[in-house]
Amino acid sequence: MLRIDCPCCGVRDHSEFRYGGDATAERPAHDNPDLDAWYRYVYVRANPKGLHREFWQHVLGCRQWLVVERDTVTHSIHSVSFSRRQRA
Amino acid sequence: MSRYSVFSLLRHAATGNRGWQRAWRAASPKASYDVVIIGGGGHGLATAFYLAENHGIRNVAVLEKGYIGGGNVGRNTTVIRSNYLLDGNTQFYEFSMKLWEGMSTALNFNVMFSQRGQLVTAHSADQLDTFTHRANVMRSNGIDAEILDREAVRKLVPYLDFSDTARFPIHGAIFQGRAGTARHDAVAWGYARAASGHGVDIIEGCEVTDFVRQGDRIIGVETTRGRIGAGRIGLAVAGHTSVLAQKAGLELPIESHLLQAFVTEPVKPLVDHVVAYGADHFYLSQSDKGGLVFGGNLDGYNSYAQRGNTGVLREVCEAAIALMPNISRLRLLRHWGGIMDMTPDASPIISLTPVDGLYLNGGWCYGGFKATPASGWCFAEMLATGETPALIRGYGLGRFRSGHMIDEAGAGPFAWLQ
Repeated sequence: MLRIDCPCCGVRDHSEFRYGGDATAERPAHDNPDLDAWYRYVYVRANPKGLHREFWQHVLGCRQWLVVERDTVTHSIHSVSFSRRQRA
Repeated sequence: MSRYSVFSLLRHAATGNRGWQRAWRAASPKASYDVVIIGGGGHGLATAFYLAENHGIRNVAVLEKGYIGGGNVGRNTTVIRSNYLLDGNTQFYEFSMKLWEGMSTALNFNVMFSQRGQLVTAHSADQLDTFTHRANVMRSNGIDAEILDREAVRKLVPYLDFSDTARFPIHGAIFQGRAGTARHDAVAWGYARAASGHGVDIIEGCEVTDFVRQGDRIIGVETTRGRIGAGRIGLAVAGHTSVLAQKAGLELPIESHLLQAFVTEPVKPLVDHVVAYGADHFYLSQSDKGGLVFGGNLDGYNSYAQRGNTGVLREVCEAAIALMPNISRLRLLRHWGGIMDMTPDASPIISLTPVDGLYLNGGWCYGGFKATPASGWCFAEMLATGETPALIRGYGLGRFRSGHMIDEAGAGPFAWLQ
């Protein structure tokens, strides 16, 4: 069981959260006609063995989307922050 | 290497069973091979065997970082079936089923393939309709499939919950009589032994750490046991495909996720078939030792940790008891986790790659075990000829770019949804 330290609600079991996938995938601009950029955004993943930045939503709590930095081997969590602060 | 037979059994019995030899040679790496296969799991070993058997290529090495049978081939629930709906999958898995049916003879190794039949329960009239569609597609491809109504299911598997209080009442089921299970370790050992008998070097405790390049071409691998040159390299490392592909400069549409499986304490013969629960992602069968073997959902977030967590444990036990209330007091003896290469369309990738000299066999999601012989057969043909065999034309890497996906799971392009 992962324990995610939600910046709103404090430490909670991960069963309160919904996984939202890789947070490093860059979404192309809405009007970007480059098919390769869209292919990479939708399908290609770095899939690191080690630190991974990923989205989780606290669906049974504050419902905030978070960016969690987690080790995919040890499951230790290095940081949790609001996803809205990630991009300017 | 002497053949196993009833006579060898009697001869060794008469001499105190002291004369048995190891099942395969303990090989040391040579300087170079025609083909190097990275990954000594079921798929890698099957590939090596068929390279020698079908194509006469015997200067082959299989590099395994751990020991034979210690990876995903030993971490599954051993179910074998070919009840697929979509073109590309249907023919491939039926080809695999036919190879399973002759495997023990072909390998001179008893893989304990048991065609006990598999049924998937339907819990609404609509679900039974979709199963009927699937059964029709299977039968039109020459695959056995039956649709059972509620009474027929009850006759076959009376221990499921047919009561008025069942959480999801059973409307019927789709049944494939030729489906079943096999002894997963025996599959690995049988292929290893047969490949070794053909001259293939099976090198355990040999981890690939990097690739050796000459210009754009990959000409060998760096390993923990030195550099090994290779004419062609086949990558067959379930779970760690991304890690190695990255070293070769390949970006893949793969995420690694954890899948857990569970075994109860042994009981007397109770479950004669493989039973899959149509209302949830859950299935069970009974092992030869008597334990009930369960499988369930992915943990659903990226993971390379081969250990479970209790959230999925609870979900799986809830499904087990909803389907089969009479096992509620059985104790779970153990559970384990394996790392799955999840692809966005839940179908595997057996493909030529943009990297010259490197061939890819991965992305099996959680269905790799039943595919073992066909995967090895086709991948061997690909490595021998440099061409894509017709049977796996749908499994190329380019399908994600072109939109020709085989989305059997029907769950969208996110690996954790599959």
